[in-house]
Amino acid sequence: MLHALPFALLPSRVHEAQGSGRVIFAIWQAQRRPHAVWVRAKRQSEMPLFPGMTVIHAEGTDILWAAEEALRSMPRALVIAQPDQRLSLMAGRRLQLGAEAGGSTGLLLIRPEAGSPATETRWDCRPLAGDSTLHRWDLIKNKKGTTGSWTLDWDGTSAAFHMVSATGQRSGLAGQPG
Amino acid sequence: MQCLSLAAERAGLHRGMALADARAICPQLVTRPAEGIAKVQEILRRWAVRYAPHVAVDGPDGLIADITGAAHLFGGEEALRLDLHRRLDRAGFTSRSAIAGTRGAAHALARHGGTIPDLPVAALRIEPIMAEGLGRLGLKRVGDLLALPRAPLIQRFGPELALRLDQLLGRQPEPVAAPAAAPRFAVRMALPDPIGLHADVMAGLTRLLDRLCATLSRHQMGARRLRLELRRVDRATIPVEIGLAQPLRDPDRIARLFAPKLETVDAGFGIDALRLVATLAEPLAPAQMGSSPSQEDAMADLITRLGNRLGFHNILRIEPTDSLLPERSFRLVPATEAKPGPLPPGLPAVIFPPERVGGAPPDSFQWRGEKFESYRATGPQRIAPDWWEEDPAWASGLRDYWRVQTRQGPRLWLFHTPQAPAWYVQGQFA
Repeated sequence: MLHALPFALLPSRVHEAQGSGRVIFAIWQAQRRPHAVWVRAKRQSEMPLFPGMTVIHAEGTDILWAAEEALRSMPRALVIAQPDQRLSLMAGRRLQLGAEAGGSTGLLLIRPEAGSPATETRWDCRPLAGDSTLHRWDLIKNKKGTTGSWTLDWDGTSAAFHMVSATGQRSGLAGQPG
Repeated sequence: MQCLSLAAERAGLHRGMALADARAICPQLVTRPAEGIAKVQEILRRWAVRYAPHVAVDGPDGLIADITGAAHLFGGEEALRLDLHRRLDRAGFTSRSAIAGTRGAAHALARHGGTIPDLPVAALRIEPIMAEGLGRLGLKRVGDLLALPRAPLIQRFGPELALRLDQLLGRQPEPVAAPAAAPRFAVRMALPDPIGLHADVMAGLTRLLDRLCATLSRHQMGARRLRLELRRVDRATIPVEIGLAQPLRDPDRIARLFAPKLETVDAGFGIDALRLVATLAEPLAPAQMGSSPSQEDAMADLITRLGNRLGFHNILRIEPTDSLLPERSFRLVPATEAKPGPLPPGLPAVIFPPERVGGAPPDSFQWRGEKFESYRATGPQRIAPDWWEEDPAWASGLRDYWRVQTRQGPRLWLFHTPQAPAWYVQGQFA
């Protein structure tokens, strides 16, 4: 069953996001939590500008290690990680256990087909052309509910946004594995 | 010139002389920077405690010790002085000393020698102007002053002169007050038999931590950096250091941080001594017991754990700076030192180093292998480089920034460099 606000990530779980708009999706999610931790590789050129979040520079497997430590220690926080390798089922399970133990929410920013089967939900995000700042966020995998697509208008300067399309469009039969 | 050797003084140099003048008089002068003098004085003061319990620093170049009741332990006052000079000469110091009944007299006699009435008036620790004034009146020796009636002296030169005379003669008390020793947060433990198992080392560490944290809480301080030194049987010492994001004096949390580092230590034939020292301590107010750990504590613990493995310079926060150049309007500072603040408006959600675009910007251009067509642009915002900095990224001069909405979706931050015509992308908006 989807949460009242469809793209508020389910807490105590780890989710994934792909697509050209995944960093913007992560920033939107971080604005809604009291604390955000972003684990990235130092040589990554793109820097999200979100003051108030803690940035952790790590390399290789240390990225997932730091993400797991942060998931275990920070209740009610959002832990965003940009791993540079494919995620295995084992790694995904470890992160899920960490999020459950710590009461925090995880969001992994991945390239397409590089995610783990253990993820709770997977989102595909991209910006849409238009007069205002439109985004399209598709829920393409959901362990506990249906998939769907939403279009919203959000300019990044505040937490306020405007939902453009209708919510919860079903694509496929209910209960079908994502 | 602050401190001179005997040979230097004989050559004509004096304290307060400029280095250039000194070198002119004595070309083969050997000099060292003067910042260490206070430290050396403190070391000598602590060493001099072997002679008397109260030793204080006396001016920039001396020590004063109250040896009442202690002289007989060295076989008399003269024997004490000889022992002092012998040890100081052996250490390479040139020194003069005197023993007298009052502090003022000892200070004066050590510097000028002779007897009390023959001391120059400058030895009374008065202002040089006052000494000059006394000299003009013909009062050059302390003996001359002692012969005069007190009241006109005070009227003419003020009460300070009378105070110094009384201190010299012992009519006014002037005790020697040694400063309290700064607390040292170090504990050590020697073991009768060498140990090597991780559990044993952790048990020894726990005992040391209990003692160290008790000392810290007595002084209301917490440790920020700790070093555990393990001395092996073959006399090698292995240091293990940890850092903390905020001052702590909780033995359990500190022991947990040492545990992973101790697993990789090679005990050799065994460890027979442990020493734990808090190399950096900061004030830590007493905390109420029983309160649940707050979010700040959880963040501090996380930063400590991650920092000890990844390095504290890799745990960062975004801090705004004063610069108007976009890529320098923020910087990443270590999380323990960051001062939060809002970023200037107009910055994109994601920023990256400028990437050149091809095609026919701004109407249609290629970026990262994709074609874009812009249909609306907001701007321009002209930013000029800092003329005092030679930044290669700004070698192309002024930048006109445009916020461009593309038909393909992304909303990009482009800039145009009119002085070397080209277009670049530097960021993406939400």
